[in-house]
Amino acid sequence: MKFQIPSLIMAILERDLRLALRHGADTLGAVLFFILAGALFPLALGPSPELLRRMAPGIVWVCALLAALLPLDRLFGSELEDGSLDQLLMTGLPSPLIALAKMIAHWLTTGVPLLLAAGPLAIMLGMPAGSMVVLLTGLLLGTLILSLIGGMAASVVLGARRGGVLLPLLVLPLTTPALIFGAAALDAAQTGLSWGPDLELLGAFLAAAIPLCPLAAGAGLRAAVE
Amino acid sequence: MENISVFRGERLVLDRVGFTLDAGDALLLTGPNGAGKSTLLRVLAGLRKPEGGHVLWSGVDTLADRSQHAGRVAYLGHQDALKLGLTLRENLTLAARSGGGDPDSCMKSLNILGLADLPARMLSAGQKRRAALARVLLAQAPLWLLDEPSLGLDTSTMGLLGTLFAAHRQAGGIVIATTHVPLPLPNPRTLALPGLNESDIPQPMEDFPEDDLL
Repeated sequence: MKFQIPSLIMAILERDLRLALRHGADTLGAVLFFILAGALFPLALGPSPELLRRMAPGIVWVCALLAALLPLDRLFGSELEDGSLDQLLMTGLPSPLIALAKMIAHWLTTGVPLLLAAGPLAIMLGMPAGSMVVLLTGLLLGTLILSLIGGMAASVVLGARRGGVLLPLLVLPLTTPALIFGAAALDAAQTGLSWGPDLELLGAFLAAAIPLCPLAAGAGLRAAVE
Repeated sequence: MENISVFRGERLVLDRVGFTLDAGDALLLTGPNGAGKSTLLRVLAGLRKPEGGHVLWSGVDTLADRSQHAGRVAYLGHQDALKLGLTLRENLTLAARSGGGDPDSCMKSLNILGLADLPARMLSAGQKRRAALARVLLAQAPLWLLDEPSLGLDTSTMGLLGTLFAAHRQAGGIVIATTHVPLPLPNPRTLALPGLNESDIPQPMEDFPEDDLL
């Protein structure tokens, strides 16, 4: 074999990270959207600290979910438009692994910045410091799930007219389990209940998504270049 | 290396097209716009499945192992597939890693080594085309599938291209190219694809919703 799979995946990751650094707008846009959307809630709900503290888990999770959607449209769209997707497929890397590499790149350029911004947003909403570990652990799993499911949906709508409109309609229902378990774990932590089972369910969801989503996405990529 | 490639029947665009090539051969695909030249190249590259028929390499169906076939093929699409924000060298990294070629020598043979550290957005159309051709060299593949390789190239680069073609065929490689202008390929075989008859052209209708106009 002329090529090695890990080195090719690393090359795709390097390339995407470099692109994300050169055009910071996508990453920055998602993070700013996340913080701004979160900052709107106190304005709309009124400044009651008790209310905000109770709503904080839900607010952080929903805003993270929506913010991660923003760059999904371009994840494969830009590759298809300039012909790079053909060249990626011609590297000989199986298409599910190409999709997986792009999903990891999405997580590194969107999920990780969102994780970093989640702490300050949660503090702003008055979430107690004790539940911060649960929030970040949950979001760590949650953003990974989002990148996997989002990447799958992005490859499925690739090439479809108005794919950008279709994308949230596909992703949001599929990610509701992650939202439910993630927010429930935080809620449990705040009320002093055991939050372990919720995070474990979140982890189970991730474990199922890791093999399934790249497979579906790989088929989507193949179909898109036909 | 011996190559037997038979291919038949691909939707309406390509109807029972078939040919066989041996090592060192060159094939020019000609035909009017919309005759299916690019489609045929994509089928040969393994990017697209034919609705009927097979592409065979030394008697084995290429769809049996797509990764292996991708390793044998260097594909140049009608787009240059360069990321505008990356430098030329960075753009070629992935191809260098999958094909195993040396980026510097490939860029040198297309006379763009001096541009290696410029972002692709600063290059002209012809320079981008040369970069895309450098990627073909990087693949170090026996089968070159080139969709309009001469697009935007000046006469001196056409000369370079001729040298590269000759060297590739000398080494037993195969070149299949679509073109509308003469290419520096001596003794090519040609395959003229017929255009569509008027009656075969599908009527544009419900598949064209008005929301595209918004």
